[in-house]
Formats: sequence, structure tokens, C-alpha cells
Amino acid sequence: MIVRKSNKVIVLGITGRQGTFWTEKMLAYGTHIVAGVNPKRAGQRHCNVPIFGSTAKAVRETGGDVTVMFIPPAAAREAAVSAIEAGIKLLVVLTEHVPAQDVMAMHAAAARHGTRIVGPNTAGLVTPGECFVGIMPAFVPSVFRPGHVGVISRSGSLGALVCLKLTQSELGQSAFIGIGGDSMLGTTTRDALAVLDRDPATEAIVIVGEIGGTMEEDAAEYAKTMRKPVAAFIAGAASPPGKKMGHAGAIVTGNRGSYTSKRKALEAGGVVVVDTPAQIARALAGRSPKARLHAAGAS
Amino acid sequence: MNFDEHAAKSLVLAPAGIPVPRGQICRTAKEAAEAVRAIGPAVIKAQIAAGKRGKAGGIKPVNTPEEAERVAAAILGMSIGEYKVEHVLVEEQAKIAREFYAAVLNDTEARKPLVLFSMQGGMDIEEVAAATPDAIRREHVNLDPIPGAADFASMLAGLALGAAQASVADILSRLYAAYRRRDAELLEINPLAELADGRVIALDCKFMLDDAAAYRQEDIGKFAAPAPMTALERRAAESGLKFIQLEGNVGVLANGAGLTMTTMDIIRHFGGRPANFLEIGGDAYTKSAVALDLVLSNPGVKSLIINFCGAFARTDVMADGIVKAWQELKPTVPVFFSIHGTGEDEAIALVRARLGIEPYDIMEDAIQAAVQAAQ
Repeated sequence: MIVRKSNKVIVLGITGRQGTFWTEKMLAYGTHIVAGVNPKRAGQRHCNVPIFGSTAKAVRETGGDVTVMFIPPAAAREAAVSAIEAGIKLLVVLTEHVPAQDVMAMHAAAARHGTRIVGPNTAGLVTPGECFVGIMPAFVPSVFRPGHVGVISRSGSLGALVCLKLTQSELGQSAFIGIGGDSMLGTTTRDALAVLDRDPATEAIVIVGEIGGTMEEDAAEYAKTMRKPVAAFIAGAASPPGKKMGHAGAIVTGNRGSYTSKRKALEAGGVVVVDTPAQIARALAGRSPKARLHAAGAS
Repeated sequence: MNFDEHAAKSLVLAPAGIPVPRGQICRTAKEAAEAVRAIGPAVIKAQIAAGKRGKAGGIKPVNTPEEAERVAAAILGMSIGEYKVEHVLVEEQAKIAREFYAAVLNDTEARKPLVLFSMQGGMDIEEVAAATPDAIRREHVNLDPIPGAADFASMLAGLALGAAQASVADILSRLYAAYRRRDAELLEINPLAELADGRVIALDCKFMLDDAAAYRQEDIGKFAAPAPMTALERRAAESGLKFIQLEGNVGVLANGAGLTMTTMDIIRHFGGRPANFLEIGGDAYTKSAVALDLVLSNPGVKSLIINFCGAFARTDVMADGIVKAWQELKPTVPVFFSIHGTGEDEAIALVRARLGIEPYDIMEDAIQAAVQAAQ
């Protein structure tokens, strides 16, 4: 889930207002977009990208392997399942407010076909200096710069802020993985952590979490096995608690999901948990085994 | 979206063929007395979309119309948690032999529906789950196809259900079908009672509808229980924004839930207190003018932090909304800006030129200034 220039990207919903705006941004940044999909405009070009009538046709004609969806919630299930069945390897679902049962249907289809879903409700993936897929300000030089810190974030806006803080501290990023703000994600914090742990360009990792769910607790288990330094910021310590899922919610999640639960689990996993995003750079720099982290980031 | 017990039973369980007691919704004590005259010995149950009704005194058995009138008069108008009781369900009394527990919900970790069943239903199910996790059977179900009664046999294997086994399996299948049909996040029967005459019947039900699916559940959505809200929160909801009014005095206008929560955390870090949570994530970022009106309308606000970090949300579009609304709203409290990300150059230039305010380079500095100004 680290996107490369060699990936061939298909944009679903390319002709819409947001699809157009972000396709232009992605192309300008260096993302290799090979196709758009819109059944009503097959055969035309948009943003100078050829448009196909279906994802299956786009895959056949262009060899696209990554799909990003600018698709409204009610149509998201069908679009996602079509892309999965067309053989897409990586599906980035930006759509927010997809009904949960449709999300489960997407995940079931992805499991059958071996597709990796990122999202739903993700801001996408950025490989600074190379390409990006989604709706992140990769092209704003004060926010992203190439380097060796991998960033995992549930939130787009907060993820961008954390990258800004890193860049202000002259710590560039190897990859930004937006996993999404929904409750049922194709890629979890732990999944992203494992990918960045194996990535040779990544020397330190930042987890940007939020209260709710149990992904940070789960990732903390994996962090125990890691040698790369990991820092985390968890948003929501001052927020009112979320909704209660009847008795069943308590039966399934127990006491996990709170700020305290996440912080304790991460610290037990050897992760430095900071109180504000401004403290992340210092937490990492102090723990990085290699001087390269700073030197390369500043280059 | 939450529903009260009667809505859950009549709109979701009964149409799925799950037996529920005979009952009637009453808004006055007189109606409750009339209902008992027709039904016979009954239970008067406060109808609010919250738990712990029994423990709060909102559920009482009655035997005569006179008693019903007295009890209903006491329960109607009662406050339970954040809710005020405005109607009661008058329901026939059941002769309970055993109380079970059954639920279907979205298991977010497994990304699959999860069916729960326990022989030890009733008010203390959470304690049962904590003390003896084995007392709850858990089964993940593939989304499709809808499993039949026979498919639940293994889940129920070894439980001393006796003659109730077939009914319970049938109800689990119907419960799952109702969960699918109605886009439930949670559909819970507690207790699922085996009666003295052997029937198995849903005595109480909790139904939470997935908000994201409300567009395709309009026929029942209009019966959802209104969430308890302040006037300002209601105004926000009518504009499609999620706004939570808090006790503090630093108003918060940020884009995205993550950045908003972080802004609140940093306010607290500097010893201040946030006055609100406000979500203008996703497409709602274009509503920054409405958002400014909302945060300034909160009477407790002494200063305001406007914290934008644009990703999908374009800061130039948000700043334009703020600048336009500013002329009309004329804020009297000090306002502090931090603007970064998509569209930042245009946004910063706009705020500088039109409002004469210099956004802070460092977000924490802007928040700290807002906290100090509120003190």
C-alpha cells in the first residue's frame, strides 16, 4: 500500500467536480493515471485521460492495478465490487458515509479476490516526491517532503497536520498511509504498521490515532515485535465519549477503545505517545538509531 | 439513529415474524388506564431510547386500570438520563419461565455480522459477559445468504434449551434477516423470554439504525427517537452539521473530526476548555459560514480558534465562507487562525486582506493565544 510511479491508477468518478479537481492534482504530482471510468462517457478523454465504460474494460485495456473511487455513498458498493471483480489489486475508497452493510459486502468481495482495500473514508496514500492517490495535499511543499518517516493516520486533516509538523522539523516522509475514519476498514493500523516495518525507505513510524475502535490496541501488539522507533498521537482525550452500542457493544469491546486504553497499550508496546502533534518530531529524533533520519530529511 | 422499544418491536421485529407481546402506546395516564381495561394485567414501560429504564423506575407492572392510571402518571414526565418520558408502552404481562439474550451487530474488527446468544438474559447481561464470557455464544455470519434456523444449530449446540431450541433458532434466523433488511448496526432482544406456556417471545428490543443507511430506510427513519439536543445543536443538525455544545469558553472551528478533536486536546493541554465540538468534515467543509454562525452563537464563547488543515477540505473555500459570513456576523470575540494544507496560500492571503488578521504559522501558538484570550 505504498504507491509508486509504476502503479497504473484508474479513477472512478473522474468526470465529477471532485474527481476532476483531484485527478488534475494527482497528474501534476506525477501519479500515473491510465484510465477513468464513466459508462456515459466511454471513448472520450477527461483531463487528457481515456475514459472507459467499466472498470473491467479499463483494466483489460490499460493494465491498471490501483483504483481510486470518487463515488457517492449509494453507488460505492457496486463500484467497489466491480473493481474487485475486475482484478484490481489495491482499491482506495475515499467515500464517506457508505452504509455499514455495503462496507461489509466490499470486504467480503475483497477477501474472495485477494484485493487490498484502503478505506472507506480514507484521504488516500502519498509517497512524497513520487506520487499520490486520493485527496491529500501532497503538492503543498510545507506539508509533505521526501524522507524516511512513515505516517499512518485515520484522519486526513490531522494526518496532513502531522506531516506538516514533521516537515517543519526537517523530517521528511517515506510514505503516508491514510487508513480511513470509518469503523470497518480494509486496512488497519496494524496492517499499515507491518508494511512500513518492512519498507526499506522507512526508518521511523508515526501512528496518528483517534479514540474509538480497537485498532491502536491491536497495533500495539505488533509494535512489541518492532525495532524501528514508533511514536503516536491519539486524538480525542478531551472529547465527550461516543455513542454506546447497547449491551452488545460492551460485550464485544469491553473496556478497550478509550484514550487511556490506547495510550496504555501503545506504551506497553514500546511506542512513545505524545500529548500534542508538535512533540512528535522530538520523540522520534531522540529514539532513531540512525543519524540518517535527520540528514536525509533535510537534504 | 436510535429507536425506542415500541418502534423497534412494531417496525422491525413484528414484520420479521418475531413474536412480541400485545401492547399499546399511551401519552396520558387516562389512555394507560383504558389500555389496561382492554389488555388486562400489564407492564407500563417508559419509552425512551436509552437503557437502564427498569433500574430508574421506568418499568412497573400493574393489575388494574386504576393502578395503571396512577403508575403511568408517575412515569410520564419522569427524566431518565438525558431523556424525558413522553409516552409509555402498556404491554400485556408475560409469565416468564426463562430469560435469554440475543443480538446481531456489526463486528467492526471482523468486518462481519456477529450473532450473540446467551441463556442468561436480563438486566445484568453485561456483568454476565464480564464475569463469565463463556456464557455468551458468539458466531460470525457471512453477510449473504441469510442463514436459516438450521444454520444456528451449531451455535446453540450443548445449551439446555430443551423444547425452546427450535423457536430460538427460528428467531435468530429472523433476527438476522431483520438486521439485514433494516440496516441495523445493532438489533438486540433482551430478554428473549421463554414463557410458562412454552412460547418464546421478545420482551424488550434495542434497534440502532446505521445513520449512513438512513436514505434507504426512510419509511422507518421518521419514527426514530429524537436525540437529546440543545437548541443550538438542533440548529446545527438542521444544517447537516454535527455540533456538540460543551461547558468551556474557547470556540472551535476546525475541519475534520481528527483535527477538531486535536484542537480540543491542545486547548486542554494549555489549560483552557473547549466550548464545542463541530464536525465540518467531508463535503461539509463548504459550510464554513454556517459553522462560524454556530460557534459564535454559543453564549459561553469568549474566544475562537479557527484551525484549518486542508486535505480534501480546501482552505481557500473555507476561508472564503468565513470572510463572507464575517461581514454579517461581526464577531465581538477575538478570533485566531491557523491555516495549512490544500489552498493555504489563497486562504491566508484572503484572511489577511479582508479581515486584517494574520494567521499563526504554528498551530499550537494560535490555540494558546485563543486560550489566553478566553481567560
